[in-house]
Amino acid sequence: MQQSNGYIIVFSVILTVVLGLLLSGTSQVLGPMQREAEALDKKKQILGAVISAEEIDAMAPEEVNEYYNSRISSIVVDINGKEVTEQDGASVTAETVDIGKNYKRPAEERLYPVFIFHEEGNPEAVESYVFPLYGAGLWDAIWGYMALETDMNTVGGITLAHAGETPGLGARITEGEVQNRYVGKKIYNDSGELVAIEMQKGEGKDYSSDPHKVDGMSGATITANGVNAMVENYLGHYQAYIDSKKSNQAVAAAN
Amino acid sequence: MSAETVEKAIEKKPAEALFSKRRKKLVTDPLVDDNPITIQVLGICSALAVTTQMKPTLVMAISVIFVVVMSNLVISLMRNTIPSRVRIIVQLAVVATLVTLVSEVLRAFAYDMYKELSVFVGLIITNCIVMGRLEAFALGNKPYDSVLDGFGSALGYAWIILAVAFFRELWGSGSVFGIPVFDYVSGIFGSDFQLATNGLMVSPVGAFIILGLIIWIQRTKTGYVEH
Repeated sequence: MQQSNGYIIVFSVILTVVLGLLLSGTSQVLGPMQREAEALDKKKQILGAVISAEEIDAMAPEEVNEYYNSRISSIVVDINGKEVTEQDGASVTAETVDIGKNYKRPAEERLYPVFIFHEEGNPEAVESYVFPLYGAGLWDAIWGYMALETDMNTVGGITLAHAGETPGLGARITEGEVQNRYVGKKIYNDSGELVAIEMQKGEGKDYSSDPHKVDGMSGATITANGVNAMVENYLGHYQAYIDSKKSNQAVAAAN
Repeated sequence: MSAETVEKAIEKKPAEALFSKRRKKLVTDPLVDDNPITIQVLGICSALAVTTQMKPTLVMAISVIFVVVMSNLVISLMRNTIPSRVRIIVQLAVVATLVTLVSEVLRAFAYDMYKELSVFVGLIITNCIVMGRLEAFALGNKPYDSVLDGFGSALGYAWIILAVAFFRELWGSGSVFGIPVFDYVSGIFGSDFQLATNGLMVSPVGAFIILGLIIWIQRTKTGYVEH
């Protein structure tokens, strides 16, 4: 009886339904906690562009939230650098914009969140601007956050993350040692053109004299190329916003 | 029951002691004499991949113990109803469900670990130790024995990967469970006394070397020879 086709089909159906219910039930129960953990992780990544990883690691989850709320304000802009407050009738906030989903749309239609790192309790005293990045690595998506200082040119810090780069090779973009190579680099050249920052092929060379090049990762050139494309693309998308902030400063300086 | 799974002849005593000699052997055998990693050389992939640090290794070890024990229990409970023609796919479905559960729980309560281990938690599904125990034991034995057997095998896996991780983290990063041991040592003997870390230990090659040494030492002691 156990070997009859009917028995096998009934057995398989029951097994599938039971296991399916179990999994969807778990997903329902744990869903809110998972979303909370993801939101916290996102905040940590944003903060990672402006403060050191050790400082973040030392904070409890509530402290991260508190620090984030008191130090980061955010807006959403479009490709022209204009602030967007609602889309398709729903209001948008920077924290809820899914960069990965927006990435699938044409660049002109995407929403671009900007996270503004400011002095505690004083949103006017901006210390740096943090821009999300998103692109493709070797195997899967890569993303990150780049902080620009108020001159809108000098990189204050960067956090990079990935979905499935090779451990020990491309996955090294998450290491502080690699990310620190970006600190202090410039995105504009002397004549004011956006040239972004390029990670080079090969590793171990000194690029400290070149403001637009950083040392590469040995054995992970394709991931590095992905990072380069991502940085260049997104700085390009944010260029209108960056330029508007720059010209504001020029006006302020002239006054 | 299929012809491949041999039902072991178990003496039908009315009440076997909860931890009888035979049952103790189920747990202790896989620790050394029949260790899944060092003797059967199963589950090597994850043993090499996750063992750069103690903390993720411990999480991985606990996850594997959970999956092996629970899948052994479930399959053993169902062993008389599973049609033998689809038994592999049934085992796979049960194991995959348990692994997904572990992965979801990690995602909710230990997101950093989830990020670090994500791929390798999923790969527990393909860990030969899990399916190996289901095929070789749980399909033909009672639930309690199967649980003990699974626990023993998983523990055999766990202590080996923890041992590998201990040496790799200590030698490769100079720390144990993230505690910078090498820095403390330097602190005691003065700053001139620096213990050097070895980058080789951080790469998977380091795991091969450590694992090879463990297997060597063990086989020297037990006199085990592959036939």
